[in-house]
Amino acid sequence: MTSATLAPPARPRRVRPVGRAQRRVRASAITLITWGLVVLFFFPVAWMVLTAFKPERQAATSPPTFLADWTLDQFAAVFNRDMAPYLINSLTASIASTVLVLLLAIPAAYALSIRPIVRVRDALFFFISTRFMPVAAGIIPVYLLLQGLGLLDNISALSILYVGINLPIAVWMMRSFFSEVPVEIVEAAQIDGARLHTELFRVVLPIVLPGVAAAGLICFIFAWNEYFLANLLTSTAARTTPPFLTSFVDGRGLFLSVLSAASSIAVLPVVIAGWIAQKQLVRGLAMGAIK
Amino acid sequence: MTTIIEPVEAIADVEGDVPPERLARPATRKGIGVSRALLWPALATSLVLTQIPFLVTIYYSLQEWNLLKPGDQHFAWFQNYVTVFSNGSFVSSLVATVLITGSAVILSTLFGLLLAVLLDRRFRGRALARTLLITPFLIMPAAAALIWKWSMFEATSGMVNWLIGLVGIPPVAWNTDAPVVTVIGVLTWQYTPFFMLILLAGLQSQSRDVLEASSVDGAGPARQFALITLPHLRQYIEIAVLLGSIQLVQVFDPVAIMTRGSGGTKTLSYLLYERAFVGLEVGEAAAYGVVTVIVTIVIATVALRTLFKIFTEGTR
Repeated sequence: MTSATLAPPARPRRVRPVGRAQRRVRASAITLITWGLVVLFFFPVAWMVLTAFKPERQAATSPPTFLADWTLDQFAAVFNRDMAPYLINSLTASIASTVLVLLLAIPAAYALSIRPIVRVRDALFFFISTRFMPVAAGIIPVYLLLQGLGLLDNISALSILYVGINLPIAVWMMRSFFSEVPVEIVEAAQIDGARLHTELFRVVLPIVLPGVAAAGLICFIFAWNEYFLANLLTSTAARTTPPFLTSFVDGRGLFLSVLSAASSIAVLPVVIAGWIAQKQLVRGLAMGAIK
Repeated sequence: MTTIIEPVEAIADVEGDVPPERLARPATRKGIGVSRALLWPALATSLVLTQIPFLVTIYYSLQEWNLLKPGDQHFAWFQNYVTVFSNGSFVSSLVATVLITGSAVILSTLFGLLLAVLLDRRFRGRALARTLLITPFLIMPAAAALIWKWSMFEATSGMVNWLIGLVGIPPVAWNTDAPVVTVIGVLTWQYTPFFMLILLAGLQSQSRDVLEASSVDGAGPARQFALITLPHLRQYIEIAVLLGSIQLVQVFDPVAIMTRGSGGTKTLSYLLYERAFVGLEVGEAAAYGVVTVIVTIVIATVALRTLFKIFTEGTR
């Protein structure tokens, strides 16, 4: 905002010249407010991680315990309760569905942006409308079908359903990245006699790789965090992390710090990935509508 | 699903249509064939995984079918819809859905706008502040619901009561006395970063020249914000509200985990889940599913229309 001070004082109407010191005080106050809100918003996450390192008896106290006898016991307890298979299931479903989504969405996004065909809009609106349909709308037939086929509690079945959820986001998002590839580059490659796959893999893909990575990350996040289908369609063998977390709530004993430890482990991969890719996240979240 | 296309138009407008130079390229017969071949696998997958189950749901919704009475399945015309609409639980679920979605969208928009404006200036540690602020959106919803219920909203040891106790407000038994507040609270917390990121992108795409010119012309920060920044942000707010309300109207996780539908939090998707997988009423639950889709479309459209109105009146 320093540029405002450089502007010529054109109109005498500007009667309230704010002093330099006064402006600095105001800026510091705003910064302080900003950080206050940041702390407030981040607090539940920080508190979850802190609680994970507390012994159970110091986790749910009134007033809250800020200086606890820090311990790693709860993390040991989480893995004693066999969290690993659930994490592996989550990882399998997230990676498998993301790979499938990218395999389907890259060619589609390419067709929709670089090689425009008639009815591009129709196709795009079809994709987005499937995203807007509540999962609840199709869950009953899907459940009955999987039950009939003996595919309940099956991680492959769950992964394929995640493809259905994530495909429209990936297509929209990647189309917006693909649209930025200069037409001249593609045409030059075509004139040089490049075949389709050469055109796609050697020329276009390297340019849009950051976009593909961002789309993949978003799909991974949604699959990793998904609860409704996982809770409904899996029970033991294919159970993923989100429904497993609820099993830590104990009606009789203390459970808060072990629950916090399990939750911290569960959210860690996605939080770190999201922090790293936050710039690309915006575009993914808005389905490529915003650049 | 043709009606859904209307609000979606807003998204296409932001990006603009296909640039003319791309359309000008001669579309050879072979080129079109290749494009179709590239597009089809994705289209077919979407069709099979989302549209066909919905069509089957519509079919089920016309059946009298309880899983506990296997031999008794038969065509029942609109009997299930009569049940849905004559039954008190539908109206209260609709109210719960609108209340929860509406409150969470409005609160997230306001907080998101505030945070976006605060982040759209230079200050020490801005990158860190932004990183910390997006975190709630990345947190697994199941974990967020559990932590908020047991660690934040808990009546005796919860941090919310401790915090309000510091300023002398007596403790509230949130989880039992105000379940709606807990659900809206978690959703607002999780979705504020989503709104903030989109609105921040909008703020940063503002032309600095226009802002400078207006401040030279003597516009104070408040006038500048109302007359230049807000109209510019309009399309970004629309997208955020549209995408946010479509996600939020389907809300299930916090309801299932925190309240199990108690205290006015039984949203349509939770009601459907209960009817289908606890009550085993396939036909009736399918009818709820169809109605939920219609409500989603209506809410998304109304959300956008209302926004359009506010903005066109506000900028006039």
